[in-house]
Amino acid sequence: MEEGSIRMEINILQTQEEQENELLQKNIILTSFDTVLKWARSNSLWPLSSGLACCAIEMMSAAAARFDLSRFGYEVFRASPRQADLLIVAGTLTWAMAGPLKRLYEQMPEPKYVIAMGSCANSGGPFADSYSVVPGVDKIIPVDVYIPGCPPRPEALIHGMLELKRKIKHPEAARRKI
Amino acid sequence: MSNLDINEVLLALQAAYGEAIQLIGEGSQAALLIAPDQMLDVFGVLKTNEFYQFNMLRNLTAVDYLEYMEIVYHLYSLPLRHSITIKVRCTMEELTIPSVTKIWPSANFQEREIYDLLGVNFTGHPDLRRILMPEEFTEHPLRKTYNFVGNTGEKR
Repeated sequence: MEEGSIRMEINILQTQEEQENELLQKNIILTSFDTVLKWARSNSLWPLSSGLACCAIEMMSAAAARFDLSRFGYEVFRASPRQADLLIVAGTLTWAMAGPLKRLYEQMPEPKYVIAMGSCANSGGPFADSYSVVPGVDKIIPVDVYIPGCPPRPEALIHGMLELKRKIKHPEAARRKI
Repeated sequence: MSNLDINEVLLALQAAYGEAIQLIGEGSQAALLIAPDQMLDVFGVLKTNEFYQFNMLRNLTAVDYLEYMEIVYHLYSLPLRHSITIKVRCTMEELTIPSVTKIWPSANFQEREIYDLLGVNFTGHPDLRRILMPEEFTEHPLRKTYNFVGNTGEKR
C-alpha cells in the first residue's frame, strides 16, 4: 500500500513539471527588439491637439463618442507637442501659419509622424493657386499619410491612422515600388 | 428696427460741419459720406451725443474703386438699437486716414486687416502691422491692381 502511494506521488510530480514546461513554451515569444518597438509605437500613437480649419471638426468628431477613435488606441490627444508623436495637419495651411506649424513639428520628439488630412493639407485644395495658402504641407514638413476628402469623414481619418500603423509596422510596404 | 432717420442726422451734422457731410445711396443703402479731415470730430459726436449713442463699431472694411479707396464704418447703438453707415474716401495717391481706435478700440484688428490687404495707412493706430499675410509679404493682395502670379507662374 505504502509503496504504491509513493509511486503515484512521483507520477503526479512528473506530470506537473511537464505541464509547467509546456506552459512556459506557450508563453514565451522570441522576437527582435525592433519588432517590439514598432508594435508598441504603432498601437499607441499620441496625436497633437491641433487643427487649422474645418477638417479639425471632423478630427474632433472622430475622437468623440460616435466614431470613438479610442477603439484603436489613438485617443490620447496631447496639448503639448513635447508629448505627442503624431501631427495631424487638419485644414488649410496659410503662409502666415506655416512658421508656427513647422515649429510645432520641430518641438515633437522623435520618432514622429505626420498625417495630411484633407485636400488643403494634401495640395492646397481649392486654394492651391492662391497668394496666401501653402500648396500642400509637404512643401514644409515630411508627410507619412495623405487622406483625401473635403473634409474627409471620421472613418477616413481612422482609416488613415490604421494605414500609418501599417506603415510603422512594415516600413518596407511604403517604400515598395509598384 | 431702426427708428433713426438718416436725413435728420444729415441735417443735424450739416448744421455743424457744413459740406463735409453728404448723403450717398438711398433706402436701406443710404450712408453718410464724411470728409477725412472732419471724420474724427463727427465720430466723436456720433458716439457721445445722447440722441445717437453709437457705442459699437459693428463692422469696418474698405472698398477699392480704382480711382479712390472707400472706408466703410457700420455703427450700432446698443442702448437705442439703431444703426448707421458712414463712408470716408481717400485718394489712391495718399492712402492715409485717421485711425478710430481711440473712439472704438475694436477697430484695432480691422484696421490692421485693411492695412494688410488694401494698403490703407491709419495714422494714430497703436500697432499697425500685417495681420493675415506673413510679415515679409510686400504687396496688398485685395487691391484691384494687384498682379497675382499663381503657383503655375500664370498671371491673372
